[in-house]
Amino acid sequence: MTKKKSRLIAEGSDWTIEAIARYDDEIGRVAARYGLDCYRHQLEIITAEQMMDAYAAIGMPVYYHHWSFGKHFLETENRYKRGQMGLAYEIVINSDPCIAYLMEENTLTMQALVIAHAAYGHNSFFKGNHMFKQWTSADAIIDYLVFARNYIAECEERHGVDAVEQLIDACHALSNLGVDRYKRSPPLSLEKEKTRQREREAYLQAQVNDLWRTLPRHDAAVTEAEEKRFPAEPEENLLYFVEKNAPLLEPWQREIVRITRKIGQYFYPQRQTQVMNEGWATYWHYTLLNTLYDEGRVDDGFMLEFLQSHTNVVYQPPYSSNWYSGINPYALGFAMWQDIRRICERPDDEDRAWFPEIAGSDWRETFDFAMRNFKDESFIAQYLSPRLMREFRLFSVLDDDSQTKLKVDAIHDEQGYRQLRRNLAEQYNLGSSDPNIQVWNVDLRGDRSLTLRHFAHQRRPLSPASLTVLEHMASLWGFNVRLEQQAADGEWNLLAERKTERRKQGAA
Amino acid sequence: MTVRIVDRRQDSRNKSSINRSRFIRRFKGQIRKAVADAIARRGIRDLESGEKIGIPGQDISEPQFRHGKGGVRESVHPGNDRYQTGDQMDRPPAGGQGQGSGQASPDGEGLDDFVFTLTRDEFLDIFFDELALPNLVKRQLARIDEYKRVRAGYTQSGVPTNINLVRTMRGAAGRRVAVGGPYATRLRALQSELEAALDDMPVDAAEVERLQREIAALKARHEAIPFIDPFDLRYSNRIRIPEPSTQAVMFCLMDVSGSMDENRKQMAKRFFMLLYLFLNRNYEHIEVVFIRHHTVAEEVDEDDFFHSRETGGTIVSSALKLMVQVISARYASSIWNIYCAQASDGDNWNDDSPQCRELLADSILPLVQYYAYIEITDGEPQNLWHEYERLAASHAGVFAMQHIAEVSDIYPVFRELFRKRLA
Repeated sequence: MTKKKSRLIAEGSDWTIEAIARYDDEIGRVAARYGLDCYRHQLEIITAEQMMDAYAAIGMPVYYHHWSFGKHFLETENRYKRGQMGLAYEIVINSDPCIAYLMEENTLTMQALVIAHAAYGHNSFFKGNHMFKQWTSADAIIDYLVFARNYIAECEERHGVDAVEQLIDACHALSNLGVDRYKRSPPLSLEKEKTRQREREAYLQAQVNDLWRTLPRHDAAVTEAEEKRFPAEPEENLLYFVEKNAPLLEPWQREIVRITRKIGQYFYPQRQTQVMNEGWATYWHYTLLNTLYDEGRVDDGFMLEFLQSHTNVVYQPPYSSNWYSGINPYALGFAMWQDIRRICERPDDEDRAWFPEIAGSDWRETFDFAMRNFKDESFIAQYLSPRLMREFRLFSVLDDDSQTKLKVDAIHDEQGYRQLRRNLAEQYNLGSSDPNIQVWNVDLRGDRSLTLRHFAHQRRPLSPASLTVLEHMASLWGFNVRLEQQAADGEWNLLAERKTERRKQGAA
Repeated sequence: MTVRIVDRRQDSRNKSSINRSRFIRRFKGQIRKAVADAIARRGIRDLESGEKIGIPGQDISEPQFRHGKGGVRESVHPGNDRYQTGDQMDRPPAGGQGQGSGQASPDGEGLDDFVFTLTRDEFLDIFFDELALPNLVKRQLARIDEYKRVRAGYTQSGVPTNINLVRTMRGAAGRRVAVGGPYATRLRALQSELEAALDDMPVDAAEVERLQREIAALKARHEAIPFIDPFDLRYSNRIRIPEPSTQAVMFCLMDVSGSMDENRKQMAKRFFMLLYLFLNRNYEHIEVVFIRHHTVAEEVDEDDFFHSRETGGTIVSSALKLMVQVISARYASSIWNIYCAQASDGDNWNDDSPQCRELLADSILPLVQYYAYIEITDGEPQNLWHEYERLAASHAGVFAMQHIAEVSDIYPVFRELFRKRLA
């Protein structure tokens, strides 16, 4: 009996720790054969409830406390209990070691899928992609979150929960405009944060005083005829500007602004690489598990179950379906990676015309290059092939509010490919989906009011709710805040203004 | 290289509980309103359970700078089944599926109610938040019948169940070292002497034999040191500390006469149910006396009070008289904080109402801390109300009256009557 030992890694659908470890070994072996370069990883087994906890904290194992996370938790719990949604199979954290959560309820097959998807797929993407390499410090994020939570808890103790909560509200409201889009931020580290935090307090306060210095001398001769703007260059990172320049913030408030800003920055690459990242992970779980099947290490039952959930994940409902809610990043990403491999291995004439540099090349090298050097926007602009556009039957719709009707301006045909691809890439450009609002000027000699300018893209207006965000900006700045918008004739018009009386409160 | 697998299932379960309570704290106003609505819908028996609460989605949205509708927008969609380049079509109705839904509710507006479930404790916490019995002042220290047992070090005597093993064994170990120390020193000295003697003497020499005997004797004595001695025993000591308690009694007076129709009775019962829940939840030691009356009053137990149906004419003073009797018999007012809540439709024998007022003014109000009267009627106030109004002026702070017309009034009135007042 023992002679004819089954080559299967494990049998049955119930998982055990040993079986998971065996699967991980095997998947790791295959992944190494394909040359996937990953961080070390750690698998954590959690319950559904803990999964919902993790959801609420955007997947992070430690996070500071805030009511909005409670809201997300209640929302998730409610929907989950009513059966409106299943929980994601996996959450993976871009840290070193990379942490992947396995949910207790999953079958062994699903655990293997999650391991291949998260612990090898996402993990290698985190390690290789330039966005992540440049913007996040995987080895320090957990430490930083611990620092953040403790610091904020301390502030709550010292300054009251309400004051801290209000501040974090304001920071969250501005968080999508609180990231550096072009500069690389220095790496995070717990110890450095702690030791530097005090220096920073003193230093920042001194910096801010610059703002004040000009004030008492206003009866001195007003010699500078030309009004200088402050800041000299417009600043698009609103939170950064607040942290460095808001005159009335206490040092601890600056620190909290910084914390939310840093964490927002950490998530910025994830927002920009959804299609690539999910597609990459999906491609690899598909490839790794299929390789195991070819080797005879998993059986047909395993594959059937795996393929069923895989197919669900990569399903793209058409625009006319009730289930349609935009393009499924898993579907598009997976199809694109598969397509790239096809172009490398079995190019046809069209591919040679469109992708002369990769047609017929080594697919592993091409994959590696593409994974490392792109984000969604450029990835699509570079690699979306006409064949895939036909397969997805993509079409592009122009919605111009000066026209009464919508217009289809490109479909999957010879004339439309390039425009279609450009439009789809643009759709993933965060630079144009987030409104472009910049700090334009501070009235240094007058009432210290802050002027923001909205540079409209394609004449898109701000949503009405944006005006309430101005309230938050005003509470951070401490003085009046104005928002201007350019009219069609090029004039800058005042869109909204929020007055703050914080100075008086402070004096009282 | 095996992977590290951590089983976190046993870890703290409610990582989000702080965030959850923050959320509830933040939206207390809205939640309280929803709770008040919920209580009006509820049956009388399931007041004390969790509740699904909805608060307006708008209030809890987290706005960010976003694009609104308008401007020029390109969107790419899959599954083209009919369009050619240049085709035109009408805009789909806002919020519908189809084109343009690529952006999901960009500004968080127009969301439906945010619905979630409060646990029973959260529900009642919010429900009775900031309520208190007014004038709870008589803290009688003379009659102490509450004791708290607290730890008070260790003693050398006690009952076996109280033996403190750690202390006892620590003492025993110390004693064994202390008592056995000299023997051990002497033993070591003898051992080395013996070894020296054995080196230059035959094994059967008298000196060797003497040493060996002495060593054996010493060993025996060393081993005879008891492992544990009665002297080592230590007992955990607990002493009783008297705990002063505040004594309070609540009288619930309910009119069950014929003029109180089923609807009004239900409202009165709801009110008392709330009161009863509130007292049980927020005060550990409180007695409740239930009195119901039509033409005659009787003291009943909780179950009868809330669930029996009996009816007749109305003489309110009967209940007041009974209350006075009960007070003088069982609740001497120098020791007890006495509260009373009375519910009636205000319809009384005409001759009886002035009598009620006199009874209250002369014999009851001087004794009680707080007297709340609620009149349940959807019409004009009745004669009892007019009589009582005269009391309200002269006994402000002790006597309060409110008017309930429909179920949804109950909770606001309840809150008003038992609002926490600054001392």
